[in-house]
Amino acid sequence: MELQTVEKKGKTIDEAIKAALDELNCSIDDVTVEVLEEPSKGLLGLVKKPALVRVTLKAKPEKEASSLVKEILQKMGLDCQVESAQFSGDTVRINLSGKDMGLVIGHKGETLDALQFIVGLMLNKKREEKIRVVIDVENYRKKKEESLEALALRLSDKVKKTKKQIIMRPMTSQERRIIHTALQGDPLITTYSLGEEPNRKVVIALKK
Amino acid sequence: MKELVEYIARSLVDNPDAVEVKEIEGARSIILELRVAPEDMGKVIGKQGKIAKSIRTLTKAAGAKQGKRVVVEILK
Repeated sequence: MELQTVEKKGKTIDEAIKAALDELNCSIDDVTVEVLEEPSKGLLGLVKKPALVRVTLKAKPEKEASSLVKEILQKMGLDCQVESAQFSGDTVRINLSGKDMGLVIGHKGETLDALQFIVGLMLNKKREEKIRVVIDVENYRKKKEESLEALALRLSDKVKKTKKQIIMRPMTSQERRIIHTALQGDPLITTYSLGEEPNRKVVIALKK
Repeated sequence: MKELVEYIARSLVDNPDAVEVKEIEGARSIILELRVAPEDMGKVIGKQGKIAKSIRTLTKAAGAKQGKRVVVEILK
């Protein structure tokens, strides 16, 4: 993605920055400012020099992520649009909708997972602080998340009753995270993961 | 389809200019041959082939829309 940059002159540095912000139509928080030349009044106003600043628009993670998603979907030839894109904490959440949502989700969500993984890599390529990307289609992930939480709770009850640990089916790191989080508040239960990707499984056991 | 693989590969590698994709289209299938700079191989394959697998999953979905099978080969 191209960064938008403008260079502006002004009597003072502040004035030059303001002119640049007006042109980019954004606020000071959205940009980085470099002062290229300090203003000088000159001798008796003879060699007056204006201030020169370079103002660069910072790419917002949610904008950048959603333009990456749009580009990929368009190149895939799928009828699917970005419904919303939000950034909070360290996570960008993108919601999609459209006629081809079945294709975008894929078998057991594997296409959606692939899209999310690739967009995450692209977005974080030049970043020092990593941003998590979550892409959802018409709340598909949310529903799946809720059913995993319910499953975790049901299985933890079973563990308490039978006093035997349960090993779950192999899951992706995202799915495992949901299970761990769902049960971390339970004082009687502990959870951990076993095995190597892609066969890593969550174990639900009694706390000793 | 070629553009899709090109776009993804170029955004992941360090030498985008070295990315080359050849498309061979048949009646029912499309073969895409992806070439990248040798030092970028890991960037398009990933740990345990996770990136390559994701690229294949995305092209498969795009192919399904056109009713075609897509094969992505990563060549040295």
